[in-house]
Amino acid sequence: MTAAMRPGMSACPACSAAPAAEALADVTAPQDVNIVLSLPSIHCAACISGVERALSAQDGVLGARVNLTLKRAQIEALPDMTAATLVDVLGKAGFEAHELDATALRATETDKAGRDLLMRLAVAGFAAMNVMLLSVAVWSGADGPTRDMFHWISAAIALPTIAFSAQPFFKHAWTALRAGRLNMDVPISLAILLAVGTSLWETSLSGKHAYFDAAITLTFFLLAGRYLDHRTRAAARSAAEELAALEVPRVSRLTADGEEQVAMSELSIGDLIRVRPGGRMPVDGEITDGQSELDRSLLTGETRPIFAGPGQIVSAGEVNLTGPLTIRASAVGRDTSLHRMADLVAVAESGRSRYTSLADKAAKLYAPGVHILSALAFAGWYIYTFDLRTALNIAAAVLIITCPCALGLAVPAVTTAASGRLFRKGLLIKDATALERMAQVDTVVFDKTGTLTAGTPQATNLGDHSRRDMSIALALAEGSSHPLSQSLATAISDAGVKPERVTDITEIPGFGAQGVWKGHTVRLGRASWVGGGESHDTTAWLKVGDIEATPFTFEDQIRDGAEALVKQLQQDGFDVVLMSGDTTPAVEAFANRLGISKWVAEALPEDKAEKVQALTQDGAHVLMVGDGLNDTAALAGAHASISPATALDAARVASDVVLLGGSLEPVADALSTSRVAIRRIRQNFSIATWYNIIAVPLAVAGLCSPLIAALAMSTSSITVSLNALRLR
Amino acid sequence: MNVLAYLIPVSLILGGIGLVAFVFTVKSRQYDDPEGAAQRILSDDYDDKPKS
Repeated sequence: MTAAMRPGMSACPACSAAPAAEALADVTAPQDVNIVLSLPSIHCAACISGVERALSAQDGVLGARVNLTLKRAQIEALPDMTAATLVDVLGKAGFEAHELDATALRATETDKAGRDLLMRLAVAGFAAMNVMLLSVAVWSGADGPTRDMFHWISAAIALPTIAFSAQPFFKHAWTALRAGRLNMDVPISLAILLAVGTSLWETSLSGKHAYFDAAITLTFFLLAGRYLDHRTRAAARSAAEELAALEVPRVSRLTADGEEQVAMSELSIGDLIRVRPGGRMPVDGEITDGQSELDRSLLTGETRPIFAGPGQIVSAGEVNLTGPLTIRASAVGRDTSLHRMADLVAVAESGRSRYTSLADKAAKLYAPGVHILSALAFAGWYIYTFDLRTALNIAAAVLIITCPCALGLAVPAVTTAASGRLFRKGLLIKDATALERMAQVDTVVFDKTGTLTAGTPQATNLGDHSRRDMSIALALAEGSSHPLSQSLATAISDAGVKPERVTDITEIPGFGAQGVWKGHTVRLGRASWVGGGESHDTTAWLKVGDIEATPFTFEDQIRDGAEALVKQLQQDGFDVVLMSGDTTPAVEAFANRLGISKWVAEALPEDKAEKVQALTQDGAHVLMVGDGLNDTAALAGAHASISPATALDAARVASDVVLLGGSLEPVADALSTSRVAIRRIRQNFSIATWYNIIAVPLAVAGLCSPLIAALAMSTSSITVSLNALRLR
Repeated sequence: MNVLAYLIPVSLILGGIGLVAFVFTVKSRQYDDPEGAAQRILSDDYDDKPKS
């Protein structure tokens, strides 16, 4: 066991896990089981040792290592060890743990692109410092053979560095050119290559000016921008993947030999699947056995649970509430209704992909301008002097001065600062242009169930019941795991009522709970079963003996911060719209409660998407906030979208921003921060433009020495970065 | 000026050592868990003997 506990184990899986696995193969059957647990509550050195000690004390665990930054434990275990056992072990040791889907996390583990960029950045930084040192000597007056030698040494350092570090720019420029487009990387590559080329030529003629330092500093600053950009996106991506990985796609399939746990991808049509109470339907199918109630709020927005019995069709994503169900799969994987929704999303999304980011817009103006300017300078000087060398030198100087060094940093530095600030407030920015799009939003559309409401029902009419009824209801409700019962039980005990003695309590899945109180049968459950009347609200009925049944009505609890958010948005002049798939009375009551005057009820997924489309066509920029499957198309079609972390995977994928905490209040922060961020980006653009306006005439006039080029470039980059940091 | 013949290689080599050290730390994934590394030094689990 200790052999695999070497510190190197997770530090470099490729080089040390392989021999460890080989050593293992001699002892046990070789099967690479890797369990990943999420540990949201760990924060200190003691937690690390505690978790690692608890895990490695288990037989069957070969090695465990905690990553505090990601709050995860990576465990190498024997095949018979299950994640559930380890979660229990950690729970007993006092650490909250959740299983993560190891295959979904694979992608983040090897962040090769990030390490690659970092390496290129380090090489460029090293070379830039050395070449700068040599250049300082030249600027301060070295001449003759000394200057030539310094230039040659600079060239020896610069050439291999450019060949290695500037590759990403060359590659992007090449793909853009081949597609017949111009992007920011084309002027960058051209400037670097032209600068190095003319400098080499100059040096070989023992000329005065060489731009090796400029070419390398340029590469360094631009790579820094790229790296910042990459890191922001990687952090958001890994957090989003962790959310997805929390839903382990494993189902229990019924076979002739009994039940077995299989991965969702292994299911085929006709398989019998058992879904426990509290579980989510993994596939579309038909109920063959069992009775229960289904919560369909994520699919349709209805808050009222519906009855489920044999013969009924269920769709993936519905939640089974009370009794175990057996389902025959009729559609699996990509064919389920959950996935069919993806088509709708794809159609809606095509609208958003037309958005061009500010940086792209700038590049479109900028790239041709720079090339024309530099070509004009070259042509002008050539006609004036008929000296190819001078003309080429000046063209290179113009390209270096105008090279979008500050522009390349202007956007990533701001988005990194803004994303970091929003992440601390519990918002995860998934899309690169999300901030820019959010800054333009003027209309906010909310979904009701699960977004503005917490999705947990709350009893509303306890005052209408006698103390005796409440005690009986409490006794019955305590025995049930149904969400309505649990909420009712908490509400009644909070009111200080003690349960009556009710015997023989049985829960009848799909209907309710039943017991015997002082010789009378007492029932708490659905209207049709108990004998209650009609009601528009979500209701549980209580019947004591032969007395007429009385209703307990429920109302969805408003999510934390929802009221404050709506008020804040209305104050700030946003148009607020409520759109729900729930029944008209329920939506109307809710809209009145929050003071929202525009609302739409009983909206189908297509209706929601169409409504968003219609608003967009009227010139509004819509921010959609929703969590359900019925919202996905609208989320994808809106100008920007936010979904809470509790939303279905499909909804989270379709939205730009994921809200990690329980409160809705950060949404207002997101909107204001995005506005500030865009203001900073524009400021940065104008700072960079001013530098160009001052320096370009110098370059065209042939007055720009390498010293001026270096100074202009560095100061503009640093000013831009500092301006971005003001956002933090 | 002859001193340059020594100084330039010396500065290059020193910088190069730094670069190689940095490349090594990236390759051996020492930036994967910066917070964990900062906390682990406080744990006294392996004070008496190294983790074997």
